Amino acid sequence: MSPTRRVQRRPARGAWILQPVSVVWLVVLWLLLWGRISPGLVASGLVVALVAIALFPLPPIAIEGRPRPIPVLRFLLRFAWDIVRASVGVASLAFRRDQEAPTAVIGVELVTRSDLMLTLVAEVLSLVPGSLVVEVDRTGPILYLHLIGVRDRADVERERARARETEARMIRAFGSPADRDALARDRAARPLGASAAVTSASTTGAPGDPEAPR
Amino acid sequence: MTTVLDVLAAICLLGGAALSLAAAVGVVRFPDVLSRMHAASKPQVLGLLLVLIGVGLRLRTQFDITTLVLVAVFQLTTAPVAAHMVGRAAYRTRRLRRDLLIVDELGERLDAGREGGPPGPSDGPGRPDG
Repeated sequence: MSPTRRVQRRPARGAWILQPVSVVWLVVLWLLLWGRISPGLVASGLVVALVAIALFPLPPIAIEGRPRPIPVLRFLLRFAWDIVRASVGVASLAFRRDQEAPTAVIGVELVTRSDLMLTLVAEVLSLVPGSLVVEVDRTGPILYLHLIGVRDRADVERERARARETEARMIRAFGSPADRDALARDRAARPLGASAAVTSASTTGAPGDPEAPR
Repeated sequence: MTTVLDVLAAICLLGGAALSLAAAVGVVRFPDVLSRMHAASKPQVLGLLLVLIGVGLRLRTQFDITTLVLVAVFQLTTAPVAAHMVGRAAYRTRRLRRDLLIVDELGERLDAGREGGPPGPSDGPGRPDG
């Protein structure tokens, strides 16, 4: 598959779902802002939502997945735990004496082909352990993450595996059938832990072998 | 019952305040912009969420709680976007301590693109650049 073919240009099947979803979300937002529910508020919210959607139409996004309750619950619990752990971890880094500790920028190859899933994975990874999205390559797709609190190559590879595992959890929770197939194929070809680096040059060193600083 | 809720609220508020303080210390002490964004996008977010939970437990009225939920939702959705935009700009303008990097796969990719190799991320087709 050529890189250009992977980038979706046309609205895919299922794009029509987006508009009702947006309307419902805007009405919920309206009710949350008012802080109570009454028939008049629902009606006025509906009017405001429809006007807003008509004036500012959103670009079509393919929503193909269907959430599965148990994987969603597993993902949410893990996400909450990860946020707590990441926050405590980064907070303790702030108080350590040595502020010259190493960091890293890595490229993580994802298996999803959906823009929406890519966006969600990027959001989630920004909120969980020591990783920050600095660049997105939509054609791979590859997410480039900045890591702190890594000491050596082994730590870097562990973070890479963790990012891929986060994506896998999200695809299992609400990915499209195509993404689930891609995930199964990817895991069969390239099990976690044996994940290859994105660029072959100079990143294939043995784990734990620190590269000379540039 | 109210005492229990008040104690829980106090714990949440203090925990949230402590995390926010740690985030502030991190912003001051971390060596470069990208590391500082970590402090801004993680302990600060959980700190704010804890403060919101604490306030919700103390106030206990429907109106306040819906507002708090909105604050939490928008914090969770916007913080990563802001962190990404700042981080991306910082990387591109070389505002990071390269001597501290163990690996820099994005730099390798961009260099390869400049030397006529495979296109770097900025040259990807149809990319909605912000």
